[in-house]
Amino acid sequence: MLILQSFSRNNIIESNRHMSVQKIYLDNNATTPCDPRVVDAMLPYFYQHPGNAASRNHPFGWAAEDAVDKGREQVAKLIGVDAKEIIFTSGATESDNLALKGVFEMYSRKGNHIITLKTEHKAVLDSCQKIEKKGGDVTYLDVERNGLVDLEKLEAAITDKTILVSIMWANNETGVIQPMKEIGDICKKHGVLLFSDATQAVGKIPVNPKQIGVHLMAFTGHKMYGPKGVGALYVSRKNPRVKVTAQQDGGGHERGMRSGTLNVPGIAGFGKAAELAAQEMQADAERLSKMRDRLETSLMEQLEEVYINGAKESRMPHVTNLSFKHVEGEGLMMTFNQNIAVSSGSACTSASLEPSYVLMALGLGDDLAHSSIRFSLGRFTTDEEIDVAIDMLVAGVKHMRALSPIWEMYQEGVDLESVEWSAH
Amino acid sequence: MAYSEKVLEHFKNPRNVGTLDKESKNVGTGLVGAPECGDVMRLQISVDETSGEIVDAKFKTFGCGSAIASSSLATEWLKGKTVDEAMAIDNMDIVEELALPPVKIHCSVLAEDAIKSAIKNYKEKQG
Repeated sequence: MLILQSFSRNNIIESNRHMSVQKIYLDNNATTPCDPRVVDAMLPYFYQHPGNAASRNHPFGWAAEDAVDKGREQVAKLIGVDAKEIIFTSGATESDNLALKGVFEMYSRKGNHIITLKTEHKAVLDSCQKIEKKGGDVTYLDVERNGLVDLEKLEAAITDKTILVSIMWANNETGVIQPMKEIGDICKKHGVLLFSDATQAVGKIPVNPKQIGVHLMAFTGHKMYGPKGVGALYVSRKNPRVKVTAQQDGGGHERGMRSGTLNVPGIAGFGKAAELAAQEMQADAERLSKMRDRLETSLMEQLEEVYINGAKESRMPHVTNLSFKHVEGEGLMMTFNQNIAVSSGSACTSASLEPSYVLMALGLGDDLAHSSIRFSLGRFTTDEEIDVAIDMLVAGVKHMRALSPIWEMYQEGVDLESVEWSAH
Repeated sequence: MAYSEKVLEHFKNPRNVGTLDKESKNVGTGLVGAPECGDVMRLQISVDETSGEIVDAKFKTFGCGSAIASSSLATEWLKGKTVDEAMAIDNMDIVEELALPPVKIHCSVLAEDAIKSAIKNYKEKQG
């Protein structure tokens, strides 16, 4: 039996040592645990140095301001931009809202058309819907079967009223990475601003918006072993100089673009996470992609009818989204979710009873969407955990297939497409 | 969302998983739902011709834990009932027994459909 490994000097994790229940976390795309070094960097700012970074007139404030300045430098350095180009927010959702609504309002005299993809995160899609209610015109492009945007369709969609293209760097469900350089070139050619929700990519793969031609970029601490509750929006200040209309008012902080007292401990942690990511990103990616490949290969060798969702050749190194045909995702997770944490695109796991819209946009078809599981590995994932996950998944799929009438029908050679199902 | 104890119990130890001979005259087969919906239940009953009593019931389900529990429970309830008694099984009985949350009520509805579909198929065979 695997004992939960402690990777830290923290007492919180130490106290789990005695637990002999395996708890394997393969849901890092949902959130990541804080690296213990990040927590260490945050602690002084809760009690010893508790000042408000906007308090200009005493040492408490100056200490807080220093921490913010340092965090800003660390975050900026990770993505190769100037510290002045980083606006701190409460997270990627806020950053997405600020970028989309902020650009829409700021550039309203130039135009009202925004282009995005159907596979974007809800923070982008819902913001776009809000913008449509306020007179914006949004084009939601389809993606190819592998999840990638069709560059010709993108270029063809641009009009003289287009003020923004919004395309996520890497998809949260499939891990698919968009051809950002080519997208950047198209936007540059047509003089259109490019925003990227890079939440799933920053800190995990090299992301350099200035080199790519991305003018605004959203990301967050809690996807890169930093704390929840703090994120950033990169806004280019040079070539071109971009501004966004503030969505939160109250004092004019962050160059007038985002008011509110800064989350000083959060920023200290975010900065430390960024610094660690810059140093360890490459080694992590190499190690994780090997483990991910082993997980994928083993499952596909030991089980029939397993499908990979999303372009294999353009994918985050730590993610695999698999469909186990004729087995429903939530039911499958129930065979192991006391021990292994993952996510599913099945309708049964969503409050709305709709299957994953991302997988549907890939043209998967409902039944493969219902059978999908997303595995997202992380810095603290070990080889032993992958071994256990493989065994539990294989056992779980076999158990569920023994219960599945459509697996029985498939084995008998019944063509499931030809069956007349009763609608319900 | 935590599952109820009863759902977990049925999921870990499902009752009456299997297949009856659907060609047999005293077997009724109900196949409801659709793969696109993420829910397919196949429920089968074997009826004693003379007494009209359901002597065996088997199920297989493609679906979430609540769907599996609902159909497993259905087979338990069916055994020993007459066909007419079985028609009276209501999905809300299943909801109550398994403590299904609102978002999972449709699983119990499908189980009720499966029961009725199996009975209909049996009756059609009797002519």
